[in-house]
Amino acid sequence: MAGSAPFSTLMALAWRESRTARRRLLLYMSSISLGVAALVAIDSFAANVQDSIKEQSRSLLGGDINLRARNGFTPALDSLLDSLGAAGVPSAKVVSFASMATAAPSGGTRLAQVRAVAPGYPYYGEVITAPAGAWSTLHDGANAFVDPSLLISLDANIGDTLIIGFARFVIRASLIDVPGDPGIAATIGPRIFIPDRYVAETQLLGLGSRAEYEAVLKLGDGVQSPIWVAPLRPRFENAGVRVRTVVENEIDITDSIAQLARFLGVVGLIALLLGGIGVASGVSAFVQKKIDTVAVLRCLGASSAQVLTIYLVQAAAMGFLGAAIGAVLGVGIQFLLPQVMGDFLPVDVGVTLVPSAIGLGLAIGVWVAVIFALRPLLVLRRISPLQAIRRDDAVLAASARRDSWSWIVNIALVASVLVLAIDRADTTQQGLAFAAGVMVSIGLLYGSAALLSAAARRLVSPRWPYVVRQGVANLYRPHSQTRSVVLALGFGSFLVTTIILVQANLLKSFDLTAEASRGNLVFFDVQEDQRTGLDSLVRNAGHEVVSQTPIVTMRLVGVNGATAEQWAAANALPARYWALRREYRSTYRDSILPTETLLTGEWFGAASPTDSIFEFSMETSIVGDLKLSLGDTITWDVQGVRMRARLSSTREVDWGRFEPNFFAVFQTAAIEIAPKQFVLVTAVDADTSVARLQRDAVRRFPNVSSIDLSLVRKTITQIVDKVTLTVRFLALFSLAMGIPVLFSAVAATRRDRLREGVLLKTLGATRSQIVRILLSEYALLGLLGSLTGMLLAFAGAWALVTFVFEGTFTAAVLPALGIAAAMTLLAVSIGVLTGRDVFRETPMAALREG
Amino acid sequence: MLAARDLTKEYQSGTSALAVLRDVTFDIPQGTFVSIVGPSGSGKTTLLGLLAGLDLPSRGTVTLDGADLTRLDEDARAKLRGEKVGFIFQSFQLIPTLTAAENVQVPLELRGDADAAARALDLLTRVGLGDRTDHFPNQLSGGEQQRVAIARAFANRPRILFADEPTGNLDGSTGARIVELLDELNRESGATVVIVTHDLTLAEHAQRVIRLKDGVVVEDRASRAGSEPAPATDRTVR
Repeated sequence: MAGSAPFSTLMALAWRESRTARRRLLLYMSSISLGVAALVAIDSFAANVQDSIKEQSRSLLGGDINLRARNGFTPALDSLLDSLGAAGVPSAKVVSFASMATAAPSGGTRLAQVRAVAPGYPYYGEVITAPAGAWSTLHDGANAFVDPSLLISLDANIGDTLIIGFARFVIRASLIDVPGDPGIAATIGPRIFIPDRYVAETQLLGLGSRAEYEAVLKLGDGVQSPIWVAPLRPRFENAGVRVRTVVENEIDITDSIAQLARFLGVVGLIALLLGGIGVASGVSAFVQKKIDTVAVLRCLGASSAQVLTIYLVQAAAMGFLGAAIGAVLGVGIQFLLPQVMGDFLPVDVGVTLVPSAIGLGLAIGVWVAVIFALRPLLVLRRISPLQAIRRDDAVLAASARRDSWSWIVNIALVASVLVLAIDRADTTQQGLAFAAGVMVSIGLLYGSAALLSAAARRLVSPRWPYVVRQGVANLYRPHSQTRSVVLALGFGSFLVTTIILVQANLLKSFDLTAEASRGNLVFFDVQEDQRTGLDSLVRNAGHEVVSQTPIVTMRLVGVNGATAEQWAAANALPARYWALRREYRSTYRDSILPTETLLTGEWFGAASPTDSIFEFSMETSIVGDLKLSLGDTITWDVQGVRMRARLSSTREVDWGRFEPNFFAVFQTAAIEIAPKQFVLVTAVDADTSVARLQRDAVRRFPNVSSIDLSLVRKTITQIVDKVTLTVRFLALFSLAMGIPVLFSAVAATRRDRLREGVLLKTLGATRSQIVRILLSEYALLGLLGSLTGMLLAFAGAWALVTFVFEGTFTAAVLPALGIAAAMTLLAVSIGVLTGRDVFRETPMAALREG
Repeated sequence: MLAARDLTKEYQSGTSALAVLRDVTFDIPQGTFVSIVGPSGSGKTTLLGLLAGLDLPSRGTVTLDGADLTRLDEDARAKLRGEKVGFIFQSFQLIPTLTAAENVQVPLELRGDADAAARALDLLTRVGLGDRTDHFPNQLSGGEQQRVAIARAFANRPRILFADEPTGNLDGSTGARIVELLDELNRESGATVVIVTHDLTLAEHAQRVIRLKDGVVVEDRASRAGSEPAPATDRTVR
């Protein structure tokens, strides 16, 4: 007696038997391709970015250690750096500040980020310039290297004079790439590099001016920066200097990239799961076609395990191919990503193939394909050989329900979704929440599909025209595709609408902010003695001064009699908590602004200078951060003078407005006499007037900077446009991944509707009647799927806008309805497209097929 | 030898049981050519399914070469079919994705036979299709497809061959050639052949004819054209 077939024989049989089905099976399996593509692209790109960060970590920091001091380096620190230099650890200082830059001869003026750097900076990485290799000449004289965007906005050229404060520079080169700065840095604030020995000449760094002081240190080769800096760290930190080693910097950036990758990976995962559903409905159709063959195989002696093996091998092989197509696509996208995202990244990304990412993508893809295919394939185990001589679908369906293996596969399926979600999410909780969200969405879509089926059965009326009745009846007939089509359409429309709604809400908040600002040109760093002069300058030029806001800098030194440190310890705040150590730029006024909302307490009235204690109001989030309560007394150090003030109210501030906003607002009498600066908001009509006023102001008051809000708006628009592009890509991707799933879902019932259509034709139905039947069926499916998806999207977008972006959600109904209409049209097109076969097939051929 | 004892098959119809086959009992000795006839709905196909172990009876037993099929599970019955049973169907039931040769190889491959390809070629040559081994079913005529099916049915050297309306989809002359071929292979191999048919001419080719009506055997006799009468022991009819 012969034994049973070896696995290799079954493989060969599987391969031969799959001949004509390969293309179709591959089409079903291609549902997972986009998901795999997304995972491979995202994981590979994230690995590339992380590798690049590792390679360029020293360039990112400019040295091995970065020291940052808000208030400049003390003489003690300077001497420490000098002695380190003598010991072979050189350092280079960088002072960064914002200033107006004026070009001569054009007279163009613009706010820029000035970086005054010491010779030797940066120790690692190369500043790329045009003309090439010019960086080494920076210190040859009063030279300035600027971003190309500044040249354009100032209407200046290489060789022109650039005025910063009271100093004049010659523009020697433009900056192409500065290590450690993302490309978008130039869009946010154009950079100017000057030699540090000319800082004093600008006369811009006086008392109270905002500047950032940094020093980069270069250690010897092989010296571990964290170990080297450990004994010095307390000295630096006690002097108010923040220390960052190259390793810390690398970890921080790598962490944020990993977080971004995980977020994008979730999109890939959704694509993959949706693809899995496509695989399941496609394989379901495949199984229907294989019943006869399997019954014959069973008659010929094949065991249920052999049958399952044959078709599982086919599904796995095609799943592998589908995943491989996805992986190739993913690698293609990986090569494109640096062009899309390069501007947002601080490193130049070297794109290389990442075998682990490709392998993982393939493995997850094949697993999802197999586990989703396994559910419908299990039916094959239960096909009775009797089906070869007498087809009985009812027996088949009943046997599938009794199969305990299907429960095991269901559990494995849910477990797979959980494991994948938890693996992709930041925390287990997030992973569970994501998996629950996906399952609830699927449940709701399935539920609405079931409701539609039930409603169709109840509502269909004999008075309706025949074609509509027939179309509606198709929604509840055996093997109807209602659930799978609604699921594919609903999920697709859910994703696309969510993305578009969130984008619309975010853009809307920018628009509101810009419109709500009363002025369009803001002057800041205005010294007390310059205020009247600037005010007259603006008014004499015929423009309105909207507001003049005083700013007094101060630090928090105590709460309720305790020192800041004691308060931190008593309230379990971190020892060097930023909210306790930061410099507060506060103001005084006796009224609350429209951009503020009083939350608790009462707004203080006018006080007299003789009051024993003054009152102030604080922004609500920082009150929470500092664990303060109404009535607490805070001791402030106002530029050397101690002042006690009582917290009498908390307020919410709309930080989104382009207007001066403050954490702490004091009674006028409290700090009116303190040294202060002013911010002047003016309303200027035409672009040319803005430029002229800026130029006149900077001529008379070189230290005063101004921001043209329309320029800021334009900059934000540029950034938003870049983000929009990425968002559109994601939306298109979501839509694209729904299409193969939809095809699979429609294909699942293709055979039934083909037979039905041909039968109707045989019984005298015209082409137009058949088209109308299909139209009514698919229009209903499309409408239900896309409208359910839309409602889910409103819920999802509301949650995202409210909780993640902390904004106010407005339902953009029109775009959502547009997407719903497009999805319905898509469903109708795919449905009618599959109906083509009905017209192509002759009645005899279809009837003979049996 | 194939033995049916008290074979009954009932289907649940609402709350009541509907019997499509009732207390069928007979023996078929090895090597006999038997035809089962009867009008539509008489239970012929159900009986064939039970005899071949494709389905289980509600009551009664089927014994094939000493093995009680009703005591075997689905996979054990499949194994037994792979070793001892051949099938021919009305609609040929060739696997459309396999060539003629590959179709014939399937039962051999399923049980792990190493010489499947050679045997398939030999059988196809014997049914007159030695030159069409690489053709797919849709490239063959109905008669040719049925000949491939016959080659496949004999591939595993079955002890018993079941044929369900083997000429039902063929024209008269092609059907007649198929019957001759079956007869010839039956004589050569010594296999038992059980044919279910409407075709009375075909039925009379057999040595013995069992007639069913309403699920009950109403006649069990030697065929009029049969070369020898059915053994007396095989006439146990209820």
